[in-house]
Amino acid sequence: MASCFPTLQFHAERCDGCYDCMTACAQAKSGTANLAQSRIRIMPAANGGGPELALCRQCADPICVANCPSGALVKNADTGVIDWAGSKCVNCLLCTAGCSYAGIVYDAEVGHVTKCDSCDGEPACVKVCTKGALEYRTEAGIFNEYADKEDLFCRGLAACHGCNSELLIRHTMRKVGPDSVVAAPPGCIPGMGTVGYNGQTGAKVPIFHSLLTNTATMLAGVKMQYNRVGRNVTAIALAGDGGTSDAGFQSVSGAAERNDPILFICVDNEGYMNTGMQSSGVTPYGSWTSTTPVGGAMQGKRTEAKNLPVIMTMHNCSYVATASTAYLEDYYAKLAKAIEVSKTGMAYLHVYAPCPTGWRFPSSMTTEVCRMQVRTNFIALWEYDPTNGLRFTHPVERPEPVANYLKLIGKYRHLSEEQIAHIQRTVDEKIGYLRQLTQMATARGVPLTS
Amino acid sequence: MQSKYLIIGSSHTALEAATAIRIIDTGGTLTLLTRDAHLPYSPTILPYVVSGRAQPDNVTLRDAGYFRANSIVFVPGADVASVDPTQLTVRLASGEIWQYERLLIATGAAPSLPSVRGLNDVRFHVLRSLDDAVALRQAMQRAKSALVLGAGLIGMHAAENMAKAGIKVSVVELQPFALSAYFQPKASAIIERAFTEHGVRMLMGRTFASIARAGEGIAAKLDDGTTVDADLLLVCTGVRPNIGFLNGSGVETDAGILVDDRMRTNVANVWAAGDVAQAHGFWGDKVVNGILPNAVEQGRTAGADMANDAGVQPFPGAVPLNTYSFFGQQAISVGHSGGPGSEVTEAGSDGGYRHIVLKDGRLVGISTINDFVDAGIMWQLILRRTDLSAVKEQFIANPQLTGRQLMSQHWR
Repeated sequence: MASCFPTLQFHAERCDGCYDCMTACAQAKSGTANLAQSRIRIMPAANGGGPELALCRQCADPICVANCPSGALVKNADTGVIDWAGSKCVNCLLCTAGCSYAGIVYDAEVGHVTKCDSCDGEPACVKVCTKGALEYRTEAGIFNEYADKEDLFCRGLAACHGCNSELLIRHTMRKVGPDSVVAAPPGCIPGMGTVGYNGQTGAKVPIFHSLLTNTATMLAGVKMQYNRVGRNVTAIALAGDGGTSDAGFQSVSGAAERNDPILFICVDNEGYMNTGMQSSGVTPYGSWTSTTPVGGAMQGKRTEAKNLPVIMTMHNCSYVATASTAYLEDYYAKLAKAIEVSKTGMAYLHVYAPCPTGWRFPSSMTTEVCRMQVRTNFIALWEYDPTNGLRFTHPVERPEPVANYLKLIGKYRHLSEEQIAHIQRTVDEKIGYLRQLTQMATARGVPLTS
Repeated sequence: MQSKYLIIGSSHTALEAATAIRIIDTGGTLTLLTRDAHLPYSPTILPYVVSGRAQPDNVTLRDAGYFRANSIVFVPGADVASVDPTQLTVRLASGEIWQYERLLIATGAAPSLPSVRGLNDVRFHVLRSLDDAVALRQAMQRAKSALVLGAGLIGMHAAENMAKAGIKVSVVELQPFALSAYFQPKASAIIERAFTEHGVRMLMGRTFASIARAGEGIAAKLDDGTTVDADLLLVCTGVRPNIGFLNGSGVETDAGILVDDRMRTNVANVWAAGDVAQAHGFWGDKVVNGILPNAVEQGRTAGADMANDAGVQPFPGAVPLNTYSFFGQQAISVGHSGGPGSEVTEAGSDGGYRHIVLKDGRLVGISTINDFVDAGIMWQLILRRTDLSAVKEQFIANPQLTGRQLMSQHWR
C-alpha cells in the first residue's frame, strides 16, 4: 500500500488563462466542450491578478470523505485519488460542506456531484497545458519505494543547516544499498562525519577517506580486489568538486579513460566550502569566494567555470550525467543507470549542490535555489553515453532570466548589470553548445565495444 | 474489560475521533461501544434507506477489516447504563464493566417526542436508526396514506420518499413554514411548493390536538379542527441528546453535555462530541449543533485532544450548516439568517433563491435554492471572518465564483 501519491501542481505564474485545460477536462469527463463540466476551474482573481484555481486536492485526510453518510467517497489506498461511487451517492451534498477548495461540486447538467479523478494517472488537463502551468508530480513514488529501505548513514551527521549534500548522500546510499564500498576524499562529506567508526557513526557500509588526489584510482583498485575475491559490490566515490575538478582530476580522468568499473559522484558546491570557501576550477564567473574577493581590484571570480561534466564525456566512459536534488526523480533514474553501468565501466554523476553557508543564502532556500538553477538554465540536466550521445532529460523551453537565480544568492550580490549580462550570455552559449552536442549524437557511429 | 481509549458511539463523531487517535497513538487500545446491532452507519443515510436508494446492507461506513487493520475493538449491542468517572468505569445494561483511561461520549441523539394526547396509544414510526428505517420502509409497502408530524429535514425527506412511492402524504408542522431552522420564508415557500406540486399536503403552522387509532391506521385532529386520516404515522419532531445514562456521573449537562473547545467535559478524562455535545457557538452561547459536518469536526478535535496531539485544532465554534436535496432541487444554508446590524440581500428568479447576510463587511450567513454555492467555502469565509468589503458587490452578484477566488487566494 502506497502512502504518498502523485499530485497536480498549478504554477499560477505560468498560466495565461487560455482555459485549454478546462476544455480538455470537459471533453474527457463529459464528452462536451461545455466548460461548466470541467472539474478543474481556472478563474481570474477577485481583485485583479490571478489566475486562481479550484480543484480537488485529493487530500490525505479528506473531510469530504468524513462527511459522506453513504460511503460513496473513499480515499483509494493504492492511487491516493478520492473515488466517488455514483451507485452509493445519495446527492446530499454534504461532501461540498467539507471542501474548502471547491474540489467537489454539484453539476446541475448531470445531476450529481463531480470531482477530479486524476484521469487514472494521466490527467487530460496536464497534457494540453502548453504553458507549463499544470504539472503532474509523481515524485511521491520515491518515498513509497525508498522510505522503508535502510538509511546507510547514522544519525547526527554534522552538515551545515540546509545542506543538500547530506540529503543527496542519504538518498544515494539508500538506492545503492549495503553491498557497497565508499570512497570519500577530503571535503564536506567526510567533514560532516561520514567516515565513522564500525558503522556506529558515519556510514554503515565500508567507507575510506582517500586522498584528494587519488580517489578514483584507489577506489578502482579496491573494486578490483573485491572482484578478485568474488564479491559484487558497488564502488562509489562521494567527492566534492575540488576533489574532482582540481587536485583529484588526474585520477578521475585516468579512471574514466580506462573505464574503470566505479561510480564516481561529484557533489559540486562550486568551491572548497569545507575549508573556508576557496575558489575551485568549477566556481562560476563573478562568484565571491575567500580567494576571489570583492574589492577595489576584483569583483568576484574573473574566469569562467570549466564545464567538468562535458569534459567527462570527452573521456568516452560508459555513462555521464548531471543532476539536481530539486529533481529527484530525474536523479534516481540516472543513479539507477549509473549503478548498473558501474559493474563494467565508469559512471560519472555530476550533482549540483548549492551551499547555504558558502554561497550565502538562507538554509530554508536550498531546494528553491536548486530549482532555479535548472529553471534559468544556469545548469542543464542531461545524460550521455557513448552509444547514444548526449540528451537533455529536463529541457527548459522557456528559461527564466539568470538574474532571477543570481539574486537569490549572497555570493553574487555585488554583481553589476554588465556582469549579470555577461553571465546570461555564457548561460545561453553553454546551452547552445549542449544543444549542438545533442545534434551530434545522431551523426556519430556506434563505438566499438571491444 | 478495559481500553485506554473508550468511545461510546459508532457514527461519524466516534469514527472521526478514532481516526484522530490512531494518527497519534497507533498502539493504545481503542474500543467503540455501540447500542446498535449494526456496523457503523450514518443517521443521515436513513431517509435514503427508506426510499430504497440505499440498501441497508450497503451503507456501512467501516467494516470488520477496517477495525482489524487499525486495531480497534468494535462492540455492537453494548447499551451503556452508567458512567462512573471516579472509578474510570462504564457499566453496560448487561452488567459488563469497561475500564477506561480516556472516555469519549458520542452517543448522538434520539427522537424527541411531543406530548400529544393519544400518541402513546397508536402505532407510529420514528427515523433515527437503521432498524427504524427498515421498519418504515416495510410499513410503506402496505400504506396508501401517511401523516408526517414535523417538517424538519428528516420529516421532509421521508415525506418526499413516501410521495414518490405513490403514497398520499400530509405534513403537519407547528412553525409557520417548513425547515424554518435553516431557511427563509421565501426559500421555504419554494420548497413547500415543490412538495405541494407532488401531491403532498402541507399543513403548516398547525399541530396535533389529539390522535387516535382508526382501523389499521390513525386519525389525527389538528389544533385548527382539521382531521387527517392515515395508514401510517411518522413523528419527526426533532431530537434530544442521549444523556440519560449520565445521571449521577457528575458530568455537567444542559441541553446536551457541556464541553469546552477541546470537547472536554467538566469531568477529568471524559470528552463529549457530536450531536450529544453542547459546545460554544461561533457567535456566542453554547449550543447543540446536530449536523453531520459539526459531528466530524468535533470528533476530530476530541480524538486529537484525547491522544495528546500537539496539533489539536480547537473547535472554532458551531455554525449552522445544511445541504438539502428535494425533488431534484438543491437547497444550501450556512450560517445564520440576520440579526441586529446585519445587511441582508435577497434575490430570486426561476425557482432559484439567494439570501446573503453580511455584518461589518463579513459573511455571517448564506442560503440558496437551485443556486449552487460551495458550502465548505462559505463556511470557511464565515469562520475566517474574511473581509469582503473590497469585493462585496461581486460577492453578492456571484457568491460561488467570488468565494472560490477568495479561497484560492487564501491557499497561496
